[in-house]
Amino acid sequence: MSFEILTYGFMHRAIIAGSVIAILCSVMGLFLVLRRYSLFGDALAHSSFGGIALGLFAGIYPLWTAYGVSIVSALIITKVKTRYNISGDASIAVLLSSGIAAGLVIISFSGGFTLDIFSFLFGSILLVSVDDTIAIVALAGAILMIILLLFRQILYSTFNEKQAKVSGIPVEKINYLLIILAGLTVVTSIQLVGVLLISALFVIPNVTAIMYGRSFKQTMLISMSFSVFSVVAGILISYVFDITPAGTIVLFSVAILAVTMGIKSSGLLSKS
Amino acid sequence: MLNAVEISNLTVKYPEVVALDDVSFVIEQGDFLGIIGPNGAGKSTLFDSMLGLNTTYTGTIKFFDEDIKKSKTYHQEIGYVPQKPEFESNFPATVSDVVRMGLRKKSDDKKVDEILQQLMLHELRDRRIGALSGGQLQRVFIAKALVHDPKILILDEPNTGVDQQSINLFFGILKELNSKQGITIIWSSHDLDAVNKLANHVACLNRTLFFHGESEKFFSDDDLVKQYSEASMQEHMHHH
Repeated sequence: MSFEILTYGFMHRAIIAGSVIAILCSVMGLFLVLRRYSLFGDALAHSSFGGIALGLFAGIYPLWTAYGVSIVSALIITKVKTRYNISGDASIAVLLSSGIAAGLVIISFSGGFTLDIFSFLFGSILLVSVDDTIAIVALAGAILMIILLLFRQILYSTFNEKQAKVSGIPVEKINYLLIILAGLTVVTSIQLVGVLLISALFVIPNVTAIMYGRSFKQTMLISMSFSVFSVVAGILISYVFDITPAGTIVLFSVAILAVTMGIKSSGLLSKS
Repeated sequence: MLNAVEISNLTVKYPEVVALDDVSFVIEQGDFLGIIGPNGAGKSTLFDSMLGLNTTYTGTIKFFDEDIKKSKTYHQEIGYVPQKPEFESNFPATVSDVVRMGLRKKSDDKKVDEILQQLMLHELRDRRIGALSGGQLQRVFIAKALVHDPKILILDEPNTGVDQQSINLFFGILKELNSKQGITIIWSSHDLDAVNKLANHVACLNRTLFFHGESEKFFSDDDLVKQYSEASMQEHMHHH
C-alpha cells in the first residue's frame, strides 16, 4: 500500500469528516442503545431519505430538507409513542417505511433514480467538499457541546427516568432534546455511510465498547476509538481496493465486534 | 422550627377507586416516620404525589412550608431510594458513576468520596453496578440519594429481596443518618417489627389515615395493632 493516498486533499477531507462523524455517532448512539432505541437512528435515516427526495425534487439543497424532515419525524415518533401507546419497535417500523415510501413516490415524480440519490443512499465520503467538511465539523461540535453541557441530566434520564425526574431533571424536555439531536446527527452523517448504514455507526461500536468498558466515560472513549479506527481503516482500504467505503467501514466495525465476542466467550474479558 | 412536610386534605381519585381520601398529617424535622399499610393502601400513591410524579391530586403538599406544585427547588431537599434499583443490567456505569448522578450541580468528587466512605462502598467504587449484590446495590442507591445533602430521605419499601445481614447494615445506616445527621426519614414498610425498632413515628394508611403519632403509642396499644392487623388481613383476603 502506497502512502501517496495520504497526500490527497480529498482523502484528508474524508478522514477528518469521517472521524468527526464517527465520534458523534458513538456518543449519540451510546445513549440510544442504552435507552433501547437502537433502531431509532435507522428510522430517522430512512425518513430523512424522504426529505432528500423532496429537496432534489424542489431544487433545494437536499440535506436541508432532510434535516427538517428528520427532526419532524423524530418529534412525531416520540409523540405517537407516548400518546397512542404504540411500542417503540412498531413506531420505528412505521416511520422507517413511511420515509422510504414518501421518498420513492417523490423520486418517481421527478423522473427516477439519479446519481445523487445513490450517493445519499450509500454515502459519498470521498466526495465531501471543503465546505461540507467545515459544516460537518461545526455541526458535530455544536451537538457534542450541548451533550457535554447536559451530560449528567442526559445520563441520569438514560439510567432511570423516574429517579431522574424525582431529582428535579426535566426528563421529557431532555428526551425531546436528545431525539432532535439524534435527528441532526443522522443527517450530518449521511455523507459518510449513507441512509442505509447509519444505524451501524450508532450501534455496533457501542455494543462492542459496552463489553470492555467499566465506567460510562471509559465505554464512550472505547466506542469512539473503535469507531474512528473503523472509519479511517475503511476509507483507506476501500480506496486501495476500489470498493465501497460505506460497506468496508461497517464490516470493519462488525469485525471488531466479532473479535470482542470471541475474546469474551473465551473468558478473557471479565464482566466487572 | 419549620415542619419538614405538611400534607393537608390530600385526595387522589383514579377512575375506579379513591386511592387516598382526605389524608392530612405533619412530619417534623428529625422525625423517623414509618408508613405502614396493606397492599393497595395508597402508600405508592402518597409517595408519587410527594415526589412530584403524580400531580393529579387535590389538597396540598408542602415541604418546608413551600407548596410543591409551586416550588421549583424542593427536589433539592429530597433524597429518594426506590423499591427496586431498576436499570439495564449491562449499563456501563461504576458505583461512583451512579452515585455522581445524584449530585445536583457541578461535579463534586470530594462529596462523592465522602459518601462512598460513609456507606462502606469505597472499595467497590470502580466496580460495575451490574456486578453487585442486592445489599450492595441498595447502599449504592442510598449513597446516590444522599450525595446532594438532602434534608429528607424517602424510602419506598426498600428491603425486599435482600439478605438479613444487609438488612441489618441498612437499618444501622438509617438509624445513624437520623440520629447523628438529623436527616428526616420517611420510610414505607411491610415489616411491623422493623418499624417498631427503628421509627419514632408511625403513619398507618389504608386509603384514609387511621393512625399518625409516636410509634410507642401505636405499638403499646394492642387494640390499634390488632385493628391494623385485621385491616391488613381483610385487605389481603380481598386481594386473593
